[in-house]
Amino acid sequence: MSGETGMSAREVILARIREALRVPAPLPHGLAAESQSQVRQPQQRAAVTTSGAASAGISVAHASNRLPTLTVLPEEVARPWLPDGGETPAERLQLLIENLGKLRAIVQQVPDLTAASDYLLTIARERDWHRVAWHPHPLVEPLLAGVPCATYRVDAADFDKNALESCDAGITSCEALVAQTGSLLVSSATSGGRALSILPHVHVVVATCDQIVATLADALHAAQARHDGHLPSMLSFITGPSRTGDIERILVLGAHGPKELILILVG
Amino acid sequence: MIVNDSSAPSVGHPSAAETQPPRLAKKRFLHDAAEHVRDTGHRAFVRKALSGYYASRDVQKARFRDWEHARDAASLAKWSAVNQLDELLPRFVANFEANGGQVHWARDAEEARTIVLGLVRAARAKAIIKSKCMTSEEIHLNAAIEAEGYGVVESDLGEFIQQLRGEPPYHFVFPCMHVRRDEISDLFGKHLGTPPTDSPEELTMIARRHMRRLYVDADIGITGANFLVAETGQISITENEGNARLTAALPRVHIAISGIEKVVEHLDDLAVLLPMLATAGAGQPMTCYNTLYAGPRRPGEADGPEEMHLVLLDNSRTAILADPEQRDSLHCIRCGACLNVCPIFKNVGGFTYGTTYQGPIGSVITPHLRGVADWNHLSAASSLCGACTDACPVRIDIAHHLLHNRRNAARTAPNAWEKLGHRLFAMVARRPWLFGLGGAVFRRTLPLLKAVRPPLLRDWLASRDLPAAPRQSFRRQWDHRRSQQPAASREGSA
Ligand code: SF4
Repeated sequence: MSGETGMSAREVILARIREALRVPAPLPHGLAAESQSQVRQPQQRAAVTTSGAASAGISVAHASNRLPTLTVLPEEVARPWLPDGGETPAERLQLLIENLGKLRAIVQQVPDLTAASDYLLTIARERDWHRVAWHPHPLVEPLLAGVPCATYRVDAADFDKNALESCDAGITSCEALVAQTGSLLVSSATSGGRALSILPHVHVVVATCDQIVATLADALHAAQARHDGHLPSMLSFITGPSRTGDIERILVLGAHGPKELILILVG
Repeated sequence: MIVNDSSAPSVGHPSAAETQPPRLAKKRFLHDAAEHVRDTGHRAFVRKALSGYYASRDVQKARFRDWEHARDAASLAKWSAVNQLDELLPRFVANFEANGGQVHWARDAEEARTIVLGLVRAARAKAIIKSKCMTSEEIHLNAAIEAEGYGVVESDLGEFIQQLRGEPPYHFVFPCMHVRRDEISDLFGKHLGTPPTDSPEELTMIARRHMRRLYVDADIGITGANFLVAETGQISITENEGNARLTAALPRVHIAISGIEKVVEHLDDLAVLLPMLATAGAGQPMTCYNTLYAGPRRPGEADGPEEMHLVLLDNSRTAILADPEQRDSLHCIRCGACLNVCPIFKNVGGFTYGTTYQGPIGSVITPHLRGVADWNHLSAASSLCGACTDACPVRIDIAHHLLHNRRNAARTAPNAWEKLGHRLFAMVARRPWLFGLGGAVFRRTLPLLKAVRPPLLRDWLASRDLPAAPRQSFRRQWDHRRSQQPAASREGSA
């Protein structure tokens, strides 16, 4: 392209993008064919909505001299076309447990932290753990009393990846539990950093029932609200134990991350 | 297959097509396709591997309360981001930098390699671990890193197997879906000294054990990126094995490489795109790990890299952007669904394409990325069935783009024979009597053609059969049927 000499790569690429976008593109296939019929008024500006887009709950607004922008219509915020996340807490709990079961995660419901601690003791004995890693958290710490083996406390002050690597299990809290998909949202701020929930062979998550949300969007919004503009450096949806299908597309659990994912659900 | 027989474990093998004079790409395609089509054992193996995918994809699609509306929403989210890239890319970069990440812009593959090598040298890296990253395949990064004397290990199981085999990925989501377990057992035996086994589970555990120390010891972790979130400056990485999580957790430096088109505007968009990517691509409700990274380790966090770099790659993406008709091919979220349903892919196999991105979407974008003249033959390798368009979660009209590519190629480099053929056909088709005569002649001579096998048809007949000729022309049969139907039902069906 001419006229690019002397410009930085950044300037060149941005100039190419601006040049390329001077010609508008038609709406996506399947939506483009529909007539631009319905007119809606989100905010003050006139919005032209294709009927296909409207059924997806999204209006396409053509501001006077800007490229079209999209606005989600209020009645569609819940995205009633995605997999169901449950209406009531009871429904969400049931969906979560069902989905986690299909993902081959283990779920144990306990009435309180004492029972949680007893359960941890049981699984530690069954699996013959020698060392478990944990991070300071009001849901995690009380469980450690019952652990019949050595422990490693993950600490921002002196993190030792070799010590963590030698642990059989990592015990963490989480940000949210997602009924819709059976996902657990962990973060570097509230789950003991990045490696604790992925390096040990077993990942034990301790959570309370009120952490269950309906959808992935709800979980992201909750995290955004909790961290208020300072998102942790890592947010991760964990959906079942680590897996691979790379050999003949046959499912094997425990590729590089935890072979077992155990959720202790308190309350 | 040409690429298949390299037995030396030359790690980071550039795709065979890149090392050949490009004019050969079409010849090679035809040669490999012909060979592959006859390999019924291999085709059966690939089909069997995909059969489980079809079943689980349908189960997961059914969990969506309305899959088609979800496709509308996903395609609009990508459409809106790509068509506002001039605004959203700078917004993403500003937020990513505010999070403490460093951005590097690369106009082309060469510039991207230079940037990464500079980072590797600056970090005085002793060991580099890498998780699956198609943009790094596109720029042949491993070969460049190794040429500088550094070692780099692919941690994704499929990519690791392909690295040991010295082959590029066969399928950009399922890299080694063409390899049998006994071949993998032999491969591990040869390179890692492990005893033979025919259990996929045991083979996976061998790789797991082998890789664990490498994560802990590596100084640099290299990953790709599936989405760049403009409003928060996060990058999103989707994977099943946990290797990308480890790669971005333990090494001191994290380098991510991404195409500029991966931007989405809102964090919220991922609540739609992530489950659709998983369902369309692998028949899962969600991929096992979907992780958002916002810069290096924060004060107070236990671990994480000290530095996080992001290489933003153009490499002809702006050329696709400049074509409004095919701009939507930049919406691709690389789920691989279009490959999984493509009759061409299933019959000619992944290597035959000779491209980084195989299958229908690869056939659409490769001519833009590497030149229409040399790569347009891929657009002719289509049955026009449209299965790719139907499968695409972000509604890219792949099947028509293949036709657009053909039209564009005919404009830039017209083929005299093809033109003559079309002119002849137009002449015949416009004259019903001539068309009828041609049909009659053809019906009579078909048995003769089968017996004689004239040279022009011989290649085509080598792996196909001609059907028996019908006794009557279609028009005659049509008239006959209509004359037998009562007038009323004719109205209704018209
Ligand atoms: S073109 Fe569509 S179906 Fe094909 S890989 Fe991309 S997103 Fe998936």
